[in-house]
Parts: sequence; C-alpha cells; structure tokens
Amino acid sequence: MLQAVKSANPERGDEPWVGRSIERVEDAALLSGRGRFIDDLGVAPGTLHATILRSPHAHADILSIDAEAARRLPGVAAVLTGSDVKAVTTSLVVGVKAPVECWPIALDRVRYVGEPVAVVVATDRARAEDAAELINVEYRPRNAVVDPLGAITPGAPVLHDGFPGNLASDRAFRYGDPEKAFADSPHRFSIDIRYPRNSCTPIETYGVVASHDAGEDAYEVLANFQGPFSIHTVIARALKVPGNRLRLRTPPDSGGSFGVKQGVFPYIVLIAAAARVTGKPVKWIEDRLEHLTASVSATNRATTLSAAVAADGKILALDWDQVEDCGAHLRAPEPATLYRMHGNLTGAYDIGHVKVRNRVVVTNKTPTGLNRGFGGPQVYFALERLVQRIAIGLGLDPLDVIKRNLIDAGAFPYRTATGALLDSGNYQEAVARAVEQGRLAELKAKRDAARAQGRLYGIGFTAVVEPSVSNMGYITTVLTAAERRRAGPKNGAQATATVGLDPVGSVTVHVASVPQGQGHRTVLSQVVADVFGLQPRDIRVNTEIDTAKDAWSIASGNYASRFAAAVAGTAKLAAERVAGRLARIAASQLNVEAGDIVFAKGFVTSKHNPENRIAFSRVAALSHWSPGSLPDDAGQTIRETVFWTPPELTPPDDEDRINSSLCHGFIFDFCGVEIDPVTLETRIDRYVTMHDCGTILHPGMVNGQIRGGFTQALGAALFEEYAYAEDGSFLTGTLADYLLPTTTEVPEPEIFHMETPSPFTPLGAKGVGEGNCMSTPVCLANAVADALGVADITLPLVPARLAEIVRGAEPPPPAGGTTAAPVRKGDRRLSGEGQATVKGAPEQVWAMLLDPATLQSVIPGCQSVDKITDTHFRADVTLGIGPVTGRYRADVELFDLDPPRAVTLRGGATGALGFGSAEGRITLAPDGNGGTKLSYSYDAAIGGKVASIGGRLLDGATRVIIGQFFTALARKAGGGGAAGGGFSLFALLAKLAGLFGGRR
Amino acid sequence: MTRLKADSRHAVRFSLNGKPVEGEAEPRMLLSDFLRHQLGATGTHVGCEHGVCGACTVIVDGMLTRSCLTLAAQVDGCELRTVEGLAPSADRLGVLQQAFRRNHALQCGFCTAGILMSLDHYLAKNPAPTEAEIRDLLSGHICRCTGYTPIIKAALEAAAELTSAKKETSDA
Ligand code: FES
Ligand code: FES
Repeated sequence: MLQAVKSANPERGDEPWVGRSIERVEDAALLSGRGRFIDDLGVAPGTLHATILRSPHAHADILSIDAEAARRLPGVAAVLTGSDVKAVTTSLVVGVKAPVECWPIALDRVRYVGEPVAVVVATDRARAEDAAELINVEYRPRNAVVDPLGAITPGAPVLHDGFPGNLASDRAFRYGDPEKAFADSPHRFSIDIRYPRNSCTPIETYGVVASHDAGEDAYEVLANFQGPFSIHTVIARALKVPGNRLRLRTPPDSGGSFGVKQGVFPYIVLIAAAARVTGKPVKWIEDRLEHLTASVSATNRATTLSAAVAADGKILALDWDQVEDCGAHLRAPEPATLYRMHGNLTGAYDIGHVKVRNRVVVTNKTPTGLNRGFGGPQVYFALERLVQRIAIGLGLDPLDVIKRNLIDAGAFPYRTATGALLDSGNYQEAVARAVEQGRLAELKAKRDAARAQGRLYGIGFTAVVEPSVSNMGYITTVLTAAERRRAGPKNGAQATATVGLDPVGSVTVHVASVPQGQGHRTVLSQVVADVFGLQPRDIRVNTEIDTAKDAWSIASGNYASRFAAAVAGTAKLAAERVAGRLARIAASQLNVEAGDIVFAKGFVTSKHNPENRIAFSRVAALSHWSPGSLPDDAGQTIRETVFWTPPELTPPDDEDRINSSLCHGFIFDFCGVEIDPVTLETRIDRYVTMHDCGTILHPGMVNGQIRGGFTQALGAALFEEYAYAEDGSFLTGTLADYLLPTTTEVPEPEIFHMETPSPFTPLGAKGVGEGNCMSTPVCLANAVADALGVADITLPLVPARLAEIVRGAEPPPPAGGTTAAPVRKGDRRLSGEGQATVKGAPEQVWAMLLDPATLQSVIPGCQSVDKITDTHFRADVTLGIGPVTGRYRADVELFDLDPPRAVTLRGGATGALGFGSAEGRITLAPDGNGGTKLSYSYDAAIGGKVASIGGRLLDGATRVIIGQFFTALARKAGGGGAAGGGFSLFALLAKLAGLFGGRR
Repeated sequence: MTRLKADSRHAVRFSLNGKPVEGEAEPRMLLSDFLRHQLGATGTHVGCEHGVCGACTVIVDGMLTRSCLTLAAQVDGCELRTVEGLAPSADRLGVLQQAFRRNHALQCGFCTAGILMSLDHYLAKNPAPTEAEIRDLLSGHICRCTGYTPIIKAALEAAAELTSAKKETSDA
C-alpha cells in the first residue's frame, strides 16, 4: 500500500511554513545530474591518486614489505608503509585509558582483514593499483579470534598487550537496590542475545582529498566526513598540528551516511600523511569491497539480560551483562556505542533498580563506529525480546506486559534509574492510538485464521524510547567517577547557526549540521522564513562546513538525530535575534514601538496600522548602507551566530547517572509476519509504527526518515550480516554477498504520528531518524518467535537459520565422488578427493610430476619457477577465477616421497587477492592396461579478498577446476607423451593453494 | 574486431544526450569513469563497481546498461543517454523528475540517476505499468535512504501523467 505524502506549496496564508511538506530545494540539482558529491568535484592540477594495499589476514605479523618494484613503476610517486606514516603522525587517541596505540595503518602486525598495510600514490588510480599488485608482503599468521566471548576466554589470542585478555574496559554499575529487588521478586527471567554485525552501508563510499603546505605545516582536507567534529581534534593530534592548521571541509552533497562516514577519519590521517610525504594533493575514493570489508561496522554484542518480575508482569529490576565487540582497534569515539544508551537501559519502562556490567573487548574484525541506531538496536533487542519472554512465561499478553510497565503519562520529565531525563510523552496514548489506527484486532483475527489453517503467522510488539541529541559527556561514563574528576568535566552539545543579511537584504543561513541527504537546507529555509515573514525560496541555506572559517563546535555534524531538535532550533534562535534588532530599526523608521512590529508577507509592519510598513529587504540592508542611522540599541544586523547548548545535558554524576541524550521520542510498533513453511522466507504482512517525535517540522521528510530507517532495519533483521569465518576471513565483500533490501522485499510501513513537543528544544522537535533501527529488528524477531513458537531468535532471520530452528541441523551430504565438502560448518577449509586414469606407466607419470623443466611452459599463467631444492619450488603464477584474476606466489614442498607410488605436497600461495594453503596426497597405481590410476585427496583453505568476493562461487569452481585438470592431464599424457607437457605439481598446487576453498 | 593496445590510449567518440563527444581512454577504462572523469558528466554515479547497485545505469543504443560493467572503448560510435539529458531545459524538470521531487523519492540523491534512467527507459515502452512491475524493474537498484515506496509512487504518478499528456496531444 502506498501512503500519500502531504505535499503542497499553496501561496502563503498566515499558516507557518514549518510543518508543511514543501518540495525540497536540494532536489532539482540532484535530479538532473548536477549534484556535487566529493568525487564530482574537480581537483587541483597535479593531484595524485592513492590506493590502499590491505591485509588478507585477520591476524599476522608483518615480516617484510618489499615495495621496490612498485616504487619503480612509472607514475608512482610514493609507497607509504606503516613506518613512513608513523614518521609523520602519532597514534590516534584511544577511548579508554590503556597503554594501547591505534594507527590508521598496520605497523608490524595486522589485526583484521582489510587493515591498511601500504598506501600507493601515483598519477592516476589505475597506475596506483598496478603498483600495489607488485608489493610483496611477507606475513606470519597468528591465531585469530572473532567471537567476543571467545576473546575473553583464557588462552585466546591476544590482540594488544595493553588490553590483557582482550578486555579494553570492564565497568560495573548499580542503581537503586537491584539485589533486593531480585531477592524479593517471585519471578526471574533471563535471555542470552548475540546481536550480529551489520552496517547501514551508504551507497556513496568514502572520499578524501588532502594537501599539505610545508611552509606553514598546515593541512587542508576535503572529505565526506559527517561529524561529530570532536574527531577534528583526533585528526589534528594524529597529524601533529594544532587545530588551526587542519582545515577540514565537506562537499556540498554526500551520498548518505547513517553514521558510517564518521569512520572516514583514519583515512583522512592516512591520505594527509601521503600528501605531506609527496608534497602534492592526494585524492582517494574508497571502493565497495574496501567499504564492506574495512570501513566501519556497528558493534556486535553478547548480552545476558535478567529481569526481576512481579506476578502481574511488572518489571522491578534489570540486570544487564553486555560484552561489546569493538573489533581490532578501539577507535574514537568507541566505546560510545555501548554508552550512548546508558541512560536508557530501562527503555520506555518505569523500572527502579538496575545493575549493569559493561565489558568492551577487541577481536580480529573491522573496528566499529557510528551506525544509525547506535547502541539502540543492541539494547532493545535484548530488552524487548525479554519482555515477550516474560509474557509467555507468565501466560500474559505481551502487549499487556508492555502497558503494565510504561512510564506514566503524568511523570514527565521523568528521570530513569540510570540517569536519563525523559523530556515529554504520553506512551499510553500513543499505544492506544496505534492499536486503534493500526487495526490490531483485525490483525489478531487474521493470525487466528491463518493458524487455524496450519500456517505460520505471528505478531510482534515493541515499545522503545528513541534518544536524540547526544550529551558529549556520556562517553565519560566509561571512566570511574575519580577518573572523571581528574580528566575534568565533559558535557553539553553546542549547536550553532549563523544568519546573515547581505546589502540587498537577502537572507543566508549557515549551519554545521553536515547533511547526508536529509534535506536540512529545505527545513532551515522554512524555519527562518517563518521568523522573517518571508518565503522559503527567499532564504539561501549553506550546509557545507569549513573549519577554518565557519562557526562549529565538537558537537557539530550529522549524528544522534540532532538536526531537528538542536540545529533547526538554533537557526530559529539566530533568526529571532536578528529579527529583534530589525524590529528596533523598523520601529524607529515607522515611528512605532518595537513591540508593535510584525514580520509578514515580505514586509516589516506595524500591527496596529498595517498600512504603516516597510519592505523587509530595505530594513535588512540598512546595516550595510547606513549603519550611522540605526538606533543606538539596535546593533548590527549583518551576521549573527548563535551557539546553543541545553542545560539539561549535565556530566555523569558521582553515582554514574548520566543524561545521555536531550530528547526522547517514543515509538510503538507492531507487525504481522507470515513464514513460508517450505522456503522459510519471512513475509511482512503489516507493519505499524507509531511515532511521537515532538513537533514535526516537515512531515514528508519525517516519514522519509522513518521509511528509510525501517528499510535498513528490515535488512538488518532479515538479510544483512558482516560474516566472518572462524579464522577471521571476511566473507561478505560484495553487495551480492552482503544482501541489502530491494524494492521487492520492502513493504510500506503504516506510519502514525502523535506530537508531544519537547520542552527542552526551541522548536519542540525531537530526533526521528534512528528509531526504527532500534525498534524494527526486535519487533520482527518477536513476530517470528510468535509464528514459530520458539524462544531463541538470532538475527538475521535468513531461511537457513530458521530451518535450523524448525527442522534441526541439516544432515551432511552423502560421501564419495569428486566433491569438495566443507570440513565443518562455519569454516572455509575444504577437503576432497578424486581419481583419474592416465595413459603411461606409473614411472612415466611420476617423472612428469617431478620435472620442473616443463613446469613453466605448462602451468597456466606461470611467470617463473625457482627450484630451491629437489623437493622445494617457488613459482609466480597468474590465476583467474570468475572475474577475479590475480598474481600469486606459490611455495611448494614435497614430503613422504615414495616413488613411483605416492607423494605428499604441501604449500601455500599468496597474492594481492588473497592467500591459500593446501596439503594433498597423490597416489599412483598401475591400472592393469599399461596406464596409471591416479588418486588424490586434499585439504585446502583460502582467505583474503577472494574469500570475501568469490566465496559463493568457489565451491562449484573448485570441483570444475579439479575435474578439468585431471581430464587435461589424462589427455596430454596419452597424447603426445612427455614432450607435450603434462601433469604438473605446480599447476595442481597453485590451484589447490590459490583457488580451492570457499565459504562453508 | 579492432585490437587495442593495453598500454596506450585510444580515441573514443560517441553521442551523449544528442551531442557528439570524444575523449581518450585506455582499453581498461570503464565507461563510468570515462563519463565522469574524462567528460565531466558526473551525474552518473558509482556505488559498487560490480554491477549490483544500479547507480551507474545509463542507456546505450536504447539498452539499459551498467556503465561500471562496460568499457569506454565498447561504446565508440554509440548513442548514450544519461541523467544529464533528462530535463527538457536546464531550469525545468521533466515529468518523471517532478514526480520524484513531489513525492520525496530521493534523499541523498546518489542512487537517483540510475533509477531515473531505468524508469525513463521502461515507461517509454510500458506506459501503464502496475506497482508490481515497477517494483520488479527497480529490484536491480539499491537505495539506502528512501525505503523505495516514494520512488514507486513517483514512477506510477509519472506514468499516469505521461499517458494523459499523450492522450491530450493525440486527441487534439
Ligand atoms: S556502480 Fe554499477 S552497478 Fe553499482
Ligand atoms: S536517495 Fe540516497 S541512496 Fe537513494
């Protein structure tokens, strides 16, 4: 069903512009190919282009990097390795107090697949990539750990010595008297959750253009960074310059971010370092494989949540145990994902007693960072799954348990046990309206009817509080009160807006909100037009940021849904300040009191005598043309910048209570899903989402945010996971492996609104963009649990996972034949065996197998062969699988030689596209017809880029290649004898080592 | 078939939105890069460079084409249409573009060029599509911002408007 969007541009009556769905000023350019995204902007002549060589290993020591050949390639300006970057930068700051460094490039050890190992800078991107292929990196693999609970198990491989046992932080909190509440309650319910890794994956990737002025030791950077600008200080510090020597600018347009583009900052450091080393501007545009593998990810989290519950379903206390997996490095602002929700651990419920243990661990995965929902999905998945379990356990209706626990409508502003000050709301009313407008009764009847026919139909509910406008001080909750006292207070969130009037009296607005497609310019034109009595088209809004010239603060940027609540409100304040002065000027011109002045229809007018008026543009221009004629108390009206920080955002108190966010919207969702009994696909029958985000500034955009968030959440619930093998190989490096929802999977949610203005923001607005990322995954999971009648649900709800729940684990395939079957589930090792019949006696075949002289000519793509000893060879080969062709260095040794009967081969191959290792045994026996029966078995593994991008192809390709190989061998041996070529150890080994393998 | 030397640049000439253009490209240069960086036609975007996201979709000789999976050299002598050619004039949007704007069918706008090209191409041949047909057509495009339904609605509205406009002309 398509929902109508209120969209109208009627000529202005007296109705304000705010609250109307006017057309966006952004759209004309974007719709006709005139957007100005970072890669659309030209660069200075002579700008160099960078590419990044990345680690194929999840955990390995770097023994050597040989970049000579790369440096010699024409057009290559520089190859920077970790030590070159280290020479001109310092480590990025780490979010907790520990003797740990965090570099944007590996120094002597790699800790995740995709970690930068070298930056190649050349005259163009293609040449840089050519050169990167020529770099030889020698690694010594270490054991890797990818599971957060595995990482803190004794004996797990340790990533950083400064994080003993991989534990970066371990804090316990206690609010009220949770022990007593648990002891006194009749019921205790617990749930264990593994929340997966995923990302909102903007369709535009990262981009950076950097230059360095050696004379002033100053950097200039253009990047599609989204804030928060607290990161500016991190970058400047890493580049060893004061903040005023790092000029950071953003392009006019950005292709979505959803938090993710905060993660471009380590690359800003890297590319700026490259600019400094080469003395030239350097540009880098990330590609999609890099983005999926190594940009940034939301945290995955292991949570155990328990509740003390009364017989009627009232929750008396919660006990949280959260183990947060931040990946291989604790990059700023982590562990913020864990603490962003700290004030909101009781959700929408009135729960007085809370116990928390928060552990932050590192694993061999991509470092984490901002992602839409930021901590909300992880928290609400546990809390709202638990609420459903409580209802089932007590034989209550899940909706009744939600209602029993909701915070009372009369209780606002309400202080949660962990410190959040919930500004406003009426949760009961919102639930009642959603039930009514979303036709819950009808949905329940539908479920009953479907079930009566034996179909799998379920209903899920969720109630969440959506925090917005982050307190810049919440992250200090990770420190103890004593550590905080030493570090000094951190709190607040300075929003900024500038309103300027030019000499013809036209209005310009500038903010530091760095929009990523949300239409900030349009909304600000509405807000400011209302203050000045103008039309939105009269107001020009600029949202680019230039830290060298513009007003900004560490809180600037596009995150924590702060635009509507903080930035738009600040623009209103700035416009009102200018309007106040204009009113005094106009009053003196019109000979009335300033209090008698109104701004309407392009004029500044006397309320009492509307004939007595003056054009807005005339009053607005006076400050430029005739400052001497202005009344003394008017001041200038040329430009006004307002900084606004809400006083409610106080630092954590000594009891660790923290008002982590300023505004708190409310969302109540319910949905009906049906699961296909054969394919186990989950189909959403109806999704109802009720929002109270305070005052709505632009209904069309608010619904756009809700739909967009809903769609990303639907992806997270049903399809998306950044998947890793147990050895840390990354398995979802293309958009064909990391599946995003498309038009055929996304239904239209039924959106309803209620408006309870926030008393804490200038416009009464609250954030709205992240809520469904918090509510929808768990709402769908609750519905699926209801449909299947199961207790444990793990995302994403892919059919294979549901099949395990419904039908039990899949039986292993029947053995035998030339198959490449996984050794065990979740591992990308492969083993297999096969046979071939070759003409010629075993002695003859044996000689072919061991003759290196023919190798070079017969191995496909073989560049060179070095014989190290009689049983040890090295070769350079170029191999292609599907669309992926790459150069590999193979190293092969022979063992257990039993001529002419059997030999064991062991070897490995490494190249830009990945690495492989294999061991195989070949046995030869007379076939009774003068020929040889050749049998082989192998065990192979593959990692790196090929595993990320070709995983799904490799299983099938393996079988095909082996089959072809032995067919060819048989043909050649039988045909032209030894001279015609033949079976080669290298071809086999290279193929085994370089190609065999694949996901599962 | 002409053989191109891998390491040298070759002249590539074609018609872009009705105007002749030319430039030089190595054989390995992608059409998407050629359009964007050689010709400055940056309206066509690149989101994945492996054929999945659809952002780079253009029309080559009347066929929808992923420009990230096409070499510049392949379109020598062809007729190309890109998003830059959709509007009737620089200060006016076409019917489909207007429908997008009315329905808030774009947010960041990065995916939009490809979607517009697919729709423009499809609606010319299928003037009265159903919602299911539009959803099917656009399943080859990824949009991370909008949740798709405003795009579907814009497409259906534009189709209806184009049809009635055509009727009016033929009635007249
Ligand atoms: S860029 Fe061509 S399909 Fe994604
Ligand atoms: S509008 Fe942003 S990806 Fe579609």
